[in-house]
Amino acid sequence: MVDHISLLLVVVPLIAAPVVAVLPRGRLPWALSFIVATLCAVLAGMQLWSILHEGAISYELGGWAPPWGIEYRIDAVNAFVALIVAAIAAITLPYALLSTEREIPEEKIPLFYSAMLLCLTGLLGITQTGDIFNVFVFLEISSLASYALISLGRQRQAFTSAYQYLIMGTIGATFYLIGVGLIYSQTGSLNMQDLAAILPDVLHLKTVETGFAFIMIGIALKLALFPLHLWLPNAYTYAPSVVTVFLAATATKVAVYVMLRILFTVFPQGFALTTPADELFIVAGIAGIIVASVYAIYQENTKRLLAYSSVAQVGYMALGIGFASATGVTATLIHLFNHALMKGALFMAIGAIIYRIGACRMDQINGLGRAMPWTFGAIVIGGLSLVGVPGTAGFISKWYLVVAALEQEAWISVAVILLGSLLAVVYVGKLIEALYFKPVSDAGKEVSEAPILLLMPTWGLVFANLYFGLDTDLTVGVAEKAAAVLGVMRP
Amino acid sequence: MDFFVGHYNYWIVIFLMMVGLYTVISRGNLIKKIIGLNIFQVSVFFLYISLGNVEGGAAPIITEGVEIYSNPLPHVLILTAIVVSVATTALALALVIRIKESYGTIEEDEIHNLDHSL
Repeated sequence: MVDHISLLLVVVPLIAAPVVAVLPRGRLPWALSFIVATLCAVLAGMQLWSILHEGAISYELGGWAPPWGIEYRIDAVNAFVALIVAAIAAITLPYALLSTEREIPEEKIPLFYSAMLLCLTGLLGITQTGDIFNVFVFLEISSLASYALISLGRQRQAFTSAYQYLIMGTIGATFYLIGVGLIYSQTGSLNMQDLAAILPDVLHLKTVETGFAFIMIGIALKLALFPLHLWLPNAYTYAPSVVTVFLAATATKVAVYVMLRILFTVFPQGFALTTPADELFIVAGIAGIIVASVYAIYQENTKRLLAYSSVAQVGYMALGIGFASATGVTATLIHLFNHALMKGALFMAIGAIIYRIGACRMDQINGLGRAMPWTFGAIVIGGLSLVGVPGTAGFISKWYLVVAALEQEAWISVAVILLGSLLAVVYVGKLIEALYFKPVSDAGKEVSEAPILLLMPTWGLVFANLYFGLDTDLTVGVAEKAAAVLGVMRP
Repeated sequence: MDFFVGHYNYWIVIFLMMVGLYTVISRGNLIKKIIGLNIFQVSVFFLYISLGNVEGGAAPIITEGVEIYSNPLPHVLILTAIVVSVATTALALALVIRIKESYGTIEEDEIHNLDHSL
């Protein structure tokens, strides 16, 4: 049984999804989804523990040996990201019980949980697999499930947001497919480890370089790397709160992981340095941080503000990849983990506000901080983490990013990282000012604190923020091992 | 001349890819965008399958007396990709139906005038 953990992580939610869809209405679909998500989180934890103590896992699907069969190859990077995805799913589901009852029509709730489990399957599948075409399959599974989930939002813009995301996401995935096809045509293999052995001989061919470019652009779109981020603000704003929490904390992180795999494992060391890829990552990262943070300041809708903030945080991760050094990749991986915690907590708190007053515009949430102190506390600590105040998880990732930039003597990047934090102070400050220092608006007259079932997951993530800001054994330790596994390009 | 005639499959792929992408970008009707997306995806299928063809090879079905087969793996990959494409089209069409019900139109500029959402 323990040998099959890698496969169980994908198969269990996959089989549970249609079962949940046909369960009768009531709490049963939620209960089964919660059990499955918790089981996945436990399995992911066991997998990470096994990796750290016993080394990489290579699991052959169906007994077919690689490179002809599909191989699930797990090392420190995979296991880390799989743990993030599964843990976020496990902590989002208790939150989902009440939140979906308010926001999603009752007859659609079993289908909602079914789609959530399919999205979880897709995301876990991307992290587990060691075959680049399998990545495409799971990428599309998770994307299609997310389009369906986003379209369940209450406002009619949910449909147009889901449609826009669908068109852009499918173009991105098809670009990835073109890249995989071109690489396959020159190497004859789809297995990542095998490609790492074959590619050095064919790197000079234009086909392989073109394939690399297509794959980069395709994944950059899924990543919401500036300027390919246009789908993200609408998708996060108009989706139901639970969906925003889940997608904001997992979908872009998994795309960052795919990017790291392609750049460092599949393509041999130093190849990306010969292309403009590393400079483009730095440029796109810098542009994303500045532009998205400035956009965030001017937003009237709090969810949209946090969505633009997510685009900026992805810019930080892209900077770390662009540095291509051990500290840079470590910083990206740490920020992957911490951003999931930060944004998860913030979107959960906003979802609690939506639960109470049904709206989340700046003028409607005035003064609610005093009526909902726990929710407000979560927003404050999550916001401080976003800024990077010492004592919170965000500080750790900003620290490593600045150290990586200083190592490369990239002074502009250092300035941009710090400027990004200052801009974050502005938009987080806007949020806090509206919630606490303004008089209560009409929408929030008779509001009480959010129910405990919404507050507990939120504060679970907030405490995780504080804990991982002080005890970094798990995050930094695993991230450094993962960066070593990836084998970075610049010393 | 061989540049054009010898590589005619790539020219077809490029033509379809550009037609598909241009349709997605330039057409305002939501259904036409979906059609453009489909044409774009079909071009990728052609790319894979034409790359998988082995000169002098027969169809990749085991038959007696045949020694060279075309590569079956691209066919399998494209079957998966076709399924993904069909599922995406179905989801997109369902979304367009709901958009039509809520907005009363499926033209992108009219929706933008109503809502600034597209």
